[in-house]
Amino acid sequence: MIEIRWHSRAGQGAVTGAKGLGTVVATTGKQVQAYALYGSAKRGAAMNAYNRIDDEPITNHETKMNPDYVLVIDPALAFTDDITKNDKPTTKYIITTNLSKEELISQIPALQDKADRVYTVDAIQISLDTIGRSMPNTPILGALMKVSGMYDLDFFLDNMKKVLSKFPQKIIDANMEAITRAYNEVK
Amino acid sequence: MAKKFELNEVEVWDGNYATSQALRQAQVDVVAAYPITPSTPIVEGYGAYKANGYVDGEFVMVESEHGAMSGCVGAAAAGGRVATATSSQGFALMTEVLYQASGMRLPIVLCVVNRSLASPLNVRGDHSDMYLGRDSGWINIDAFNAQEAYDLPLCAFKIGEHLDVRLPVMVHQDGFTTSHKAQNVRPLQDEVAYKFVGDYVPVDDMLDFSRPVTHGAQTEEDWHFEHKAKQHKALMDSTKVIDEVFKKFKDLTGREYKRVETYYMDDAEVAIVALGSSVETATLAAKQLREEEGIKAGVVAPRVFRPFPYDLIRDALDKESLKAVCCMDKSAPGGAMGALFNEVSAAAYTTQSRPMITNYIYGLGGRDFSIDEAKRIFKEQKAHADAGHITTPIQQFSGVRGPKLGFFETKRGN
Repeated sequence: MIEIRWHSRAGQGAVTGAKGLGTVVATTGKQVQAYALYGSAKRGAAMNAYNRIDDEPITNHETKMNPDYVLVIDPALAFTDDITKNDKPTTKYIITTNLSKEELISQIPALQDKADRVYTVDAIQISLDTIGRSMPNTPILGALMKVSGMYDLDFFLDNMKKVLSKFPQKIIDANMEAITRAYNEVK
Repeated sequence: MAKKFELNEVEVWDGNYATSQALRQAQVDVVAAYPITPSTPIVEGYGAYKANGYVDGEFVMVESEHGAMSGCVGAAAAGGRVATATSSQGFALMTEVLYQASGMRLPIVLCVVNRSLASPLNVRGDHSDMYLGRDSGWINIDAFNAQEAYDLPLCAFKIGEHLDVRLPVMVHQDGFTTSHKAQNVRPLQDEVAYKFVGDYVPVDDMLDFSRPVTHGAQTEEDWHFEHKAKQHKALMDSTKVIDEVFKKFKDLTGREYKRVETYYMDDAEVAIVALGSSVETATLAAKQLREEEGIKAGVVAPRVFRPFPYDLIRDALDKESLKAVCCMDKSAPGGAMGALFNEVSAAAYTTQSRPMITNYIYGLGGRDFSIDEAKRIFKEQKAHADAGHITTPIQQFSGVRGPKLGFFETKRGN
């Protein structure tokens, strides 16, 4: 079982990202869950989304998880959310930020004994450059593919194209570029 | 003619979307709906199918849930296949009309995405709305995950519209936990799903002008009781058709549904009885406890909540090995034991083994139900079994902050 927790703001596409990831993973015969914890959340409110991935049908409906990966797609939430909540000694963190990894870790005490498991990527800037607006959900998945080694980049891109197929070609292309850049730039 | 919808063998759908696809495939004649969280995406999805040519029927936007169910009653009496969806306060507002629908024997399908009832206002999942409607004369079927939120509405049309039944059917799923959680779902292709549901057969439809009928009649003490008795008999007798439809669905898909689902019950010493997604979490906890600690835990779940399966619950609990059972109610009991406790106890009273039965109120307003908590409750049942008597108050609260609550004591073991 792989468990992934997203830290996001409502409107940044974490739910779409989690469902997109689930859809790609399901094409490889695996079982998935993609869900979010939000109620009457308005755009900008902090929220969590979640993925579970396993070879067997997933029957655990507990919201809480002990994540293998924590994806922080809003830079400020790394400081204000409890991003290490319920973590494990092996949990890996992928955080969107414009700071260097060293600068970021020096400002977040909870990460200081986990430096070897922290990865950074500026998913906000990448999405601004490619998609033209702040939409860090797809680039963070590129970074996840690199850090986790879950799938190789070409396979993931091909399948994400299908997930995004209802969008105009220009938007699909921009997302592909964003995923590729994050894959290459995550440190 | 409605367009065919391209579907993959495996889709990643949440419960709401799965249900909306089932309604589309059943080619409902009229959906009259008023949106409410967390069921909104069902009718939103249906509206999109209508706008994009995937549905031939009518989509009627109304001013309230009372209007929605009234529209459904009118359309069903006129002679069409009818469905809608709601939750919580919307369900409460429909309640008056729910009794009209069942009394008029109109096979409407209502997809209920379970959510708590105010006050305090809360949009998350518990079974307050399901319990509010339990005496309204509808067949109640419960889905535990997204796949079932797709499968069971298809079965619901076939059950409710059957000429030996002709009753409305609710299909419940847990708000957010099921309705907003995307999982692997294996849909049927459109023509296969429609063929399973079958063409709608009108009975005493108002639009058959060659044979005028009265709907919504008034009867006082002279006839009312006979109508209600017949209605109750139809509900109690619907079990035969429910079993047949579940059998046909299994033959078609390999997915098996029973009026009472049982997990690890063959040699169980302790059991949890629950509804909804918690059934799956509790079953996982039972599996882990068996592996980790050798505690023989099992789970019993009424798939069909109305007509209540007293016979099958009794069969599930009438085992020499079974010593202690916890009934878990996800609805504020309002000055009584939980409904599941009361009904399961009534069924268990007629068993030879008479297991000890306790009651937990849990999960109100969407409070998380964890594997660890399920294990703790199993272990508490084991303590009752080892002591030979109930070691706690009969009714307790799970996962609530503040002073520990407990009501009713007994000295009796069994």
